[in-house]
Amino acid sequence: MATVPASTSAPGVRQATTWARAASLLQRQGVLIALALLVLFGALRYENFLSPYNISTVLRYNSMFGLIALGMAFVIMTGGIDLSVGSVAALASVVAALMSPYGLLPGVLVPVLVGMLVGLTNGVIITKLNILPFIVTLAMLLAARGLALIFANNTSVGVSYVTDFTYFGQGDLFGVPIPAIVLFAAYLIGSVVLSLTRFGRHVLAVGGNEEASRLMGLPVDRTKIAVYTLSGALAGLAGVILAAQFGAGQPTEGLGWELSAIASVVVGGTLLTGGMGSVGATLAGVLLLGLIFNILNFENGRGSISLSAYWQSVIRGSFLLIVVLLQNRLTRRDRR
Amino acid sequence: MANADTTVRGPARRWVLPERFRGVGQTYGALIALLLLVLFNLLFTKNFLTEQTLYVNLTQVATVVIVATGMTLVIATGGIDLSVGSLMAIAGALAPIIFLSHIPPLENPLVGNTLAFIIPVLVAGVFGLFNGTLVTRFQIQPIIATLVLFIAGRGIAQVVTNGNLQPFTNPGFQYIGLGRPLGVPLQVVLMLVIVALFAWIMRVTIFGRYVLAVGGNESAARLAGVPVNFVKLAVYGISGLLSGIAGLIVIARNASSDANLVGLDMELDAIAAVAVGGTPLTGGRATVVGTLLGALIIQLIRYTLLVHGVPDAAARLVKAAIILLAVYIQRQRRS
Repeated sequence: MATVPASTSAPGVRQATTWARAASLLQRQGVLIALALLVLFGALRYENFLSPYNISTVLRYNSMFGLIALGMAFVIMTGGIDLSVGSVAALASVVAALMSPYGLLPGVLVPVLVGMLVGLTNGVIITKLNILPFIVTLAMLLAARGLALIFANNTSVGVSYVTDFTYFGQGDLFGVPIPAIVLFAAYLIGSVVLSLTRFGRHVLAVGGNEEASRLMGLPVDRTKIAVYTLSGALAGLAGVILAAQFGAGQPTEGLGWELSAIASVVVGGTLLTGGMGSVGATLAGVLLLGLIFNILNFENGRGSISLSAYWQSVIRGSFLLIVVLLQNRLTRRDRR
Repeated sequence: MANADTTVRGPARRWVLPERFRGVGQTYGALIALLLLVLFNLLFTKNFLTEQTLYVNLTQVATVVIVATGMTLVIATGGIDLSVGSLMAIAGALAPIIFLSHIPPLENPLVGNTLAFIIPVLVAGVFGLFNGTLVTRFQIQPIIATLVLFIAGRGIAQVVTNGNLQPFTNPGFQYIGLGRPLGVPLQVVLMLVIVALFAWIMRVTIFGRYVLAVGGNESAARLAGVPVNFVKLAVYGISGLLSGIAGLIVIARNASSDANLVGLDMELDAIAAVAVGGTPLTGGRATVVGTLLGALIIQLIRYTLLVHGVPDAAARLVKAAIILLAVYIQRQRRS
């Protein structure tokens, strides 16, 4: 073809690099751009969308999913997966409710410790017995749910309102909901840990190439155990917020949370193959999926259309699909 | 296996023999566990050796086995299908709409019921093909590709039914869940036929070989001329079809369809059955009969514990331990 040489001329190359740059920007910042667009849409369309009340409601509710997704992001970055988080959150909420009569501190710390212990068990089984994370955490999903039901005696457990335990879920500090503060603090620490510490480097190295990491002398097993422990601890914290926010430890809550968390992580641009990822984008992914429900409510409130709450899962699923397809296109173009 | 070298000479045979032992051993491992469980129950459980006990256990496990059979094929290609429960809900939501509708041709029970069997299953199959398309054409990881329908699928079923329970009485349709030809529950017959069919397909047909080849080494299979994309598309389609059938059985049994509940947690039960049955999650090997045994083991353990007064919550802990133990033992055997 005669046009082939022409396409390698300077303008063509420049065009290609511009596109590549745009593509990589879209891939890295896509979720932030989408979140910004969604917020802009909401702000322009609905009167009370940016009201302090709405913002704190959204943050308060989504803090649980955010914490779980943060742990999941770390696990996925090592190339693993943690299916047990929903059950662990339920277990922790029961433990929190049982501990709440003893005060705020035991009510928060003991469930988090329980979550850590479950995560530690996951990590040790995965590394020392060399069983796939998918299977180990699937078994733990069943086991933690069973433990939650045993501790709770098969019903939900009311928390104590005598102590200040519910403050952790319902209270505000300087007008900001406590769960939101916990959420942002966790993500701040998470992103510092990932980008600035040796542990963060190890997480990405293990996920990128486990064999090479092992040969380089990195503590592969210790890193993996640590991320599962972290994931368990954060799921435990989410359970505490669940109990404090709704006033009860709920052994049957948290069904399918693990898969929603994975969806948020994926929407945030972290690849399931491990080795790369971003903590901030995960938070954006969580808020993006969470805002869909919020916007659906506002849209119904306007009265022009009436979409049942059931549409939110259809919309979330479609959203996940679009994001995954886009990412796929962009990464493939990147590779060329 | 240290003694393998002493019995064979050629390098070709050295691999063939252990492979065969391994395949047999895997199936027998699950079988031995099942036999031990049955033996325990014969000795310690009252009224265990009755037709009723047998059918209670088999009917409870039928839908799991049907779905897990499709899951076995998907896992054999190195994939996974998280959407099965949602597809069951979709099929379960569609069937009552069809046979309860007042469109003239559908009001004829024969036409209505026939279509109520066929259309929902086909729709579930098409959704399965959708999964397959994402995995093949768009090269999305199976766990994410099927996560899309796991989330959206149940939503679709809920939107279609507006989240309402659809109660019905329709003996013709409910035959699939309540019928007893020759005294055997139809769903048990269906389960056995499906298991036998796919065990045969995996063992004898070229398609079965292709499935294992794709899971064993995809690029090698591609180079060897295996139609990789077609095979993958097909297994997700099959998984969808089988989920659809399972969804119909569930609603026929309950005499109602609840989009919020049909097939809930089914993906986990099915994956557990596959894993306990001896099919590794990494693909390349598969045993459909093993999956049946795996599901039976899980069910029988639960039954045994419940009959002996262990609460359901504790039974979950045991189930978790069994899954880990089974996979651990199989891992040992492989190395």
